[in-house]
Amino acid sequence: MFTTNKTWARLLVMLAALALLAGACGGDDEETATVDEDVSCAFEDLNLVTAGTLTVATGETVFPPWMGVGDDVFDVPESKTGFEGALVYELAAKMGFSDDQVVFVRTGFDAAIAPGPKDWDFNIQQYSITETREEVVDFSDPYYTTRQALVSLPGTAVIGVETLADLADTRLGAAIGTTSFDFIEDVIEPNIEASVYGDNVDAIASLVAGQLDGILVDLPTAYFMTAVQIPEQGADGVIVAQFEAEAQDPDEYGMLFAEGNTLVSCVNAALAELKNDGRIEALEAEWLAQGGDVVTISE
Amino acid sequence: MVLTSEAWPSVQRQFFSWFHFRESFPQVLSGFWLDIQMFLVAEVLILVFALVLAMIRSLRGPAFFPLRAIVVTYIDLIRGIPMLLLILLLGFGVPALQLAGVPTSRIFWGVAALVISYSAYTAEVYRAGIESVHESQRMSARSIGLTQVQALRFVIVPQAIRNVIPALLNGLVSLQKDVALVFVLGVREGLAEADIYNARTFNYTSYIAAAVLFLLISVPIARFTDWYTERDRRRRQAMSS
Repeated sequence: MFTTNKTWARLLVMLAALALLAGACGGDDEETATVDEDVSCAFEDLNLVTAGTLTVATGETVFPPWMGVGDDVFDVPESKTGFEGALVYELAAKMGFSDDQVVFVRTGFDAAIAPGPKDWDFNIQQYSITETREEVVDFSDPYYTTRQALVSLPGTAVIGVETLADLADTRLGAAIGTTSFDFIEDVIEPNIEASVYGDNVDAIASLVAGQLDGILVDLPTAYFMTAVQIPEQGADGVIVAQFEAEAQDPDEYGMLFAEGNTLVSCVNAALAELKNDGRIEALEAEWLAQGGDVVTISE
Repeated sequence: MVLTSEAWPSVQRQFFSWFHFRESFPQVLSGFWLDIQMFLVAEVLILVFALVLAMIRSLRGPAFFPLRAIVVTYIDLIRGIPMLLLILLLGFGVPALQLAGVPTSRIFWGVAALVISYSAYTAEVYRAGIESVHESQRMSARSIGLTQVQALRFVIVPQAIRNVIPALLNGLVSLQKDVALVFVLGVREGLAEADIYNARTFNYTSYIAAAVLFLLISVPIARFTDWYTERDRRRRQAMSS
């Protein structure tokens, strides 16, 4: 992956500016956690695949702003940078691990959901929590709630849209397995069948090739796309809009566990502490843009 | 052994769920029609294009050397390039050039990539057939005044094709599975629909639904190949006795 310092600088400036906006509107509700009281979360009782080590799985290639933010730490989860990267180390610390006791392994999407024993404790790569998925795996409590955003190039049919109905005759696409894709099919419901891609990189290639009018992604990813990924392909990306559609349940990200793993209870307890300490909010402000300057489509 | 494994119930639930089979089947089937259309169009083009390549490659004499060299280079190069790369290169790369008059359709370029790749393999199948025809046939044809191309067209190729029909049908079975590769371009064909279902529900039964559909095509072709080969063998025996 080739990036220039300039594009990184653009991304970081944008993130910082929007983080200020986000900080101004945080709630102060006490968070509740899904914790099983029968599970002991003393360090020596933790249910781990390797005793004394927290083995965390993440995607094969991790992208900012989730992990590895910065020119020299791209795809390095151990850099403790990015929202998920920083979160993993803070959770680990709450559960009693030192930084050296956190080990990252890589999995594809399929390896994470295949039946059978897992060689990691939990998997974190922006998995959306859904009921059907919960039948075969367990999720932690949500650590982030996102909005969908529409990314495109200048001059395409989606520029200037104001309502969902304006998108009816546009060619939209998203990566497979994302709620962004479901959002197109279930909420926008365009007349032209949505395209589905193996990952966002393929979707961008298709956008640049003129086969799509827009890509749906979560808002933080939209910032990374327009600041870094699309410029890398020699085009100018724009975030056309973010969505606040009534019909859609909030899209919540959770850590994924093997079904029945008791560790989920301890991670939830640690997560709740971080929420109450205001650390989650601080991490969001540090790493994730909240879309203050992007047009919001609400119907 | 498999059924008594402790983990079997969870494997069964994720791979062989009757409920998920019924749920995903209509969706997979809708995409599968696209597979069949792409498959039929591609196959016709491949059979024609590959035959042209094989005939050029079989031309004799120094006059045809440049043509032969081009075809040999084409076949060598294309057979060495992974199909997926060819599909991505044509499907995303060519439209991104934004040349006037060049189509941007992913299905067009996906099928084009299949035709380009499969023609290189199929040309070699034809060539094997052409070389299996006895040299005396070519010489007899030339001696009655046919040109090289006429000799190939009217004498050699009809016999050659008959010899390689089982191999061509084998390529057909292979192609009907490989059309699914165009899903990397974001084309919603059968396997893509199965993939979408799996990604949404974490259940793999949708792939079983896709497999059933692909089998419905490939098994009859395989049976037909056997039947045809057997009939051809009997006819030849009858002729020689």
